[in-house]
Amino acid sequence: MVPQLDSKCPSGPIEDRWRKHKFALPLVNPANRRKYNVIVVGSGLAGASAAASLGEMGYNVQCFCIQDSPRRAHSIAAQGGINAAKNYPNDGDSVYRLFYDTVKGGDFRARESNVYRLAEVSNNIIDQCVAQGVPFAREYGGLLDNRSFGGAQVERTFYARGQTGQQLLLGAYGSLMRQVSTGRVQMFSRREMVELVIVEGQARGIVVRDVVTGEYERYAGDAVLLCTGGYGNVFYLSTNAKASNASAAWRCHKKGAYFANPCFTQIHPTCIPVSGDYQSKLTLMSESLRNDGRVWVTKKVGDTRRPSDIPEAERDYYLERRYPGFGNLVPRDVASRAAKIECDGGHGVGATGQAVCLDFRDAIARDGRNVIEAKYGNLFQMYEMITGEDPYQVPMRIYPAVHYTMGGLWVDYNLESTVPGLFVLGEANFSDHGANRLGASALMQGLADGYFVIPATITAQIAGRKREPITTEHAAFAEAEAAARARNQKILDVRGSKSSEHIHRELGKIMWDKVGMGRNAQGLAEAQKEISALREEFWSDVRVPGTADHMNPGLEHAARLADFLELAEFFAMDALHREESCGGHFREEYQTPEGEALRRDDEFAYVAAWEFQGVGKPATLHKEDLSFEYVKLATRSYK
Amino acid sequence: MSAHGSSDSINLTLHVWRQSGPEDKGGFEVRRLNGVSTHMSFLEMLDVMNEQLVAEGREPVAFDHDCREGICGMCSLVINGQVHGPIPEITTCQLHMRHFKDGDSIYIEPFRAGAFPVLRDLVVDRSAFDRIIAAGGYVSVATGNPQDANALPIPKRNADLAMDAAACIGCGGCVAACPNAAAMLFTSAKVSQMALLPQGQPERDRRVLAMVQQMDAEGFGNCTNEFECMAACPKGIDVSNIARMNREYLRASMCSAEGA
Repeated sequence: MVPQLDSKCPSGPIEDRWRKHKFALPLVNPANRRKYNVIVVGSGLAGASAAASLGEMGYNVQCFCIQDSPRRAHSIAAQGGINAAKNYPNDGDSVYRLFYDTVKGGDFRARESNVYRLAEVSNNIIDQCVAQGVPFAREYGGLLDNRSFGGAQVERTFYARGQTGQQLLLGAYGSLMRQVSTGRVQMFSRREMVELVIVEGQARGIVVRDVVTGEYERYAGDAVLLCTGGYGNVFYLSTNAKASNASAAWRCHKKGAYFANPCFTQIHPTCIPVSGDYQSKLTLMSESLRNDGRVWVTKKVGDTRRPSDIPEAERDYYLERRYPGFGNLVPRDVASRAAKIECDGGHGVGATGQAVCLDFRDAIARDGRNVIEAKYGNLFQMYEMITGEDPYQVPMRIYPAVHYTMGGLWVDYNLESTVPGLFVLGEANFSDHGANRLGASALMQGLADGYFVIPATITAQIAGRKREPITTEHAAFAEAEAAARARNQKILDVRGSKSSEHIHRELGKIMWDKVGMGRNAQGLAEAQKEISALREEFWSDVRVPGTADHMNPGLEHAARLADFLELAEFFAMDALHREESCGGHFREEYQTPEGEALRRDDEFAYVAAWEFQGVGKPATLHKEDLSFEYVKLATRSYK
Repeated sequence: MSAHGSSDSINLTLHVWRQSGPEDKGGFEVRRLNGVSTHMSFLEMLDVMNEQLVAEGREPVAFDHDCREGICGMCSLVINGQVHGPIPEITTCQLHMRHFKDGDSIYIEPFRAGAFPVLRDLVVDRSAFDRIIAAGGYVSVATGNPQDANALPIPKRNADLAMDAAACIGCGGCVAACPNAAAMLFTSAKVSQMALLPQGQPERDRRVLAMVQQMDAEGFGNCTNEFECMAACPKGIDVSNIARMNREYLRASMCSAEGA
C-alpha cells in the first residue's frame, strides 16, 4: 500500500476554496511580524515578488541570489507574455476558462484547486504590475493590448514587446529594492545555497557560499522559501541560463523534501538548432512566431538541399496535415514530438537533418514585410545574429529544446514541502502545470506564488507551529556547513583528467537520447546505468583546478553537476515508473495507433512524490491521487 | 583541429586580462587558440580556451555570463577596446566569431570604472547599480489590490517611450564606454521610464533627486555629452533620456518642495 499525501486542499465549491482557506489560516499581528525572519533563496519572479511582499508586510527578510544582482535571475529571459483572465477583448474568457484550459493543457496531471487559484489571482497580477509601472503593450486608446498565445482560443496574453519576463522581473526587482532601502529586506548577491538546516523537524536556516570570497555563511530563520527555478540544465543544452541549477532543491530533497514528477519536462518546439559540439546553450525563439510561420519538412527522405531550393510540391506541412483544427498552433508538447518524428524519419532539413522549417514566405506575401517586421522584427534580428541567415529571405530552421521543468519539489496547497517550514515557489515546485505547461503560464505562476499565495500561507508555519529561538551557533548549522565544505573539498581532491564541462556534456547526451522527447523502458534502464557510471567517472576522474577559498567558477559548476548526476538517474527512474504518455512525457510503448500520447488515467492519475533513500538507491514512492471534479477527464485532441 | 584557419575555422591570439583579486595589479596573458569555429559565440570561444586551461591544470579565466541570449546583462567584456565588441547593439554573449578573421589578435578586458572594482579576471562588482535603484527606481506601491489595470489609460506614445527606456539590462556598458565613467544613461533610463508614466508622478521629484545623489555618491563621473554610452549600449538606449533626466533634476531642484 503506497502511502497517500495530504495536499491540504480545501473542499467545497471551487470558486470559494481559496477565500475560505485564507480565512482559516492563522494571522500574524503586524507589530509582531518584524520578530520573524524569513529566508528567500532566489530572486526571480517568485523570489523577488515573495521577498518584496513579505518585506512590505513587515517580516524581516533575507534574500539570496547567485548572480551579481537580483535583477538578473533567469525569469528575465521569458519573451512571450503572461496570461490573465481579464477578458478585455470580450472574447469569452473567464477565470473558469483559464482554469479549464490550464488543467486540460497540463494533460490532467495538476491539482484542480491549485490551478483554479492560479487563474483567480491572474487578474490581480496584471493590476499589480501595471501599478508598478511595468510598460505593457498598449493600444492607441491607451488601454492594454492582448494577444493569443500558444494555441489559446482567446486573447488573454499581456506582453511587453518580446521582453515580458524582463519587464515583470524589473517590476518585482524595483519593489524588492524598495524594501532593501527600508531595511526590511537584506539582499545577498553572489551567494549560492549549499545546505538546508533542519532543527527539530523544521526548516530553520541555510548555509550559503559567497562565490567571490569562497567563505561559507550561516543564516537562521523561521521559514525558508526556495525560489530557485527548474532543473532543465540536467540536459546540459537547454534554453536555461548557464547558472540555472538544481542544487538547492536537490539538497532539500536529500534532507527530506519529496520531489514530484521529475520526468515532466517541457521541450519547447521553436528553438534555434544545435550547430556544433562547442554549443553551450540553446536559444528560444518565441512561439508567437507560430501564429504566422508555417512549419514544414521535406517529403523526400534525406533531402540535403537548402530549404529555399526545395519546391512547394516537395514540402510537407505536417502540423497542418495532422492537426487541421489547430495546425501550426498545437500545444508545445504536440509540436515538439511531431518535429522529432519527422526528423527521426529522415525528413529534417539542413546539414544535420535535425531541424524543421518555420517559413514566413506566405505571411510576408499576405501581410507585407512591414507587418511581419513590426510583429517579429526583434526575433528575426536575433535569428540572423545567431545563424548568419536572413529569415525574410530563407525559412528559419528550428528544433525542439529543453525549456521548462513542470516537476519539482512536492508542495501542498500552502506551497509547503514535506519539510515543515520549507516552502517552494515558482518553477522549483511541481504544482500547477501538470505534465505540460501552456505558453505564458510560467510568469503567471511565479508571480501568483510570490505576490499572492505565500503572503497568506506562510502563517501556517510562522503562527501555526511552535519553535524554539535558535542562532547559527546551533550544532545543526555547524554540521551542515561541515558537510558542504567537505563535499567541495572532495571534488577538488579528485584531481582527475576530465573537465566538469566535458562530463556535463556527456550527461546531456544520455539524457537527450534516452530520457528526452521519446522514452522507452529499455532506453530508460540503459540511461540509469550509464548515468550511474558517469557519476562514478565524475567522482574518480574530474579535474577542478584551484581551491575553494576564492572565486572559482569551475568549482561552482562541478558542484552543481554532482547534484545533476544524482538527479538525472532519479529522473530516468520516474520516467520508467510512469507507464503512460502524458504531456511532456512520451513513452513510446504507450501511444495510439495514430501515434498520439496514450494517457492511462486508471493507473496513473496521481502525483508521484518521491522520498530520497540514498544516492543511486530506489526512492520511495508516495502518491497523491488526483481527482477531477470540474474538468472532466478526457483525451486531448487538437485535430 | 587544423593548424591553418579555413573559412569556418580561424586561429587567434588572445590577450586576456587576468587578475587574482581586487588588490592585485593584474595584467594580460597571451594565449594562442587554433581552430576556432566561426559559428561559435564569443563566450563559447572563451569556454574552449578555459577547457584548455583546465587540461593544463590551471584555473579557468573568470568571466560573468548567464543567459547567453542578450537579456540578463551579466556579460561584461571590453573586446579590442570596444564595450561588448565591434558589433553595435548587442551584448558580448551575442557576438559570434564570424566577425573575426584568421590571424586576429583579440584583447579581452573587464569593464573599467572606479565604481566597478575588478573582483577577479574579467569579473567586476556592479552592485552600485542596485544601490542607485534602491534609492528610488520604483513606484512605491505595496502588493495588494490596486485599481483595475485598464482604469489608467496611458497614451501609446508615452508607453512606447517608457518601454524604450525600460529595455535597459543594467549591464554597465554605458559606464565602461564613458570617458568619465558616468552612469547617466543607466540612471536616466529608469528616471525616464517613471517620469513618462502616470504611475511615476507622485514620486517624480524625490525619485530623480535621490537617484542622482546616490549615483554621485557611488563615484560615477558626470556627463560631458560624448554619447559613447549610447554607441556602446546593447539595447540602444537613447541619450535623450539623459536630457530628460537633467530636465527632471532641474525641475525637482528648483520648482518642487523636495528640492527646497
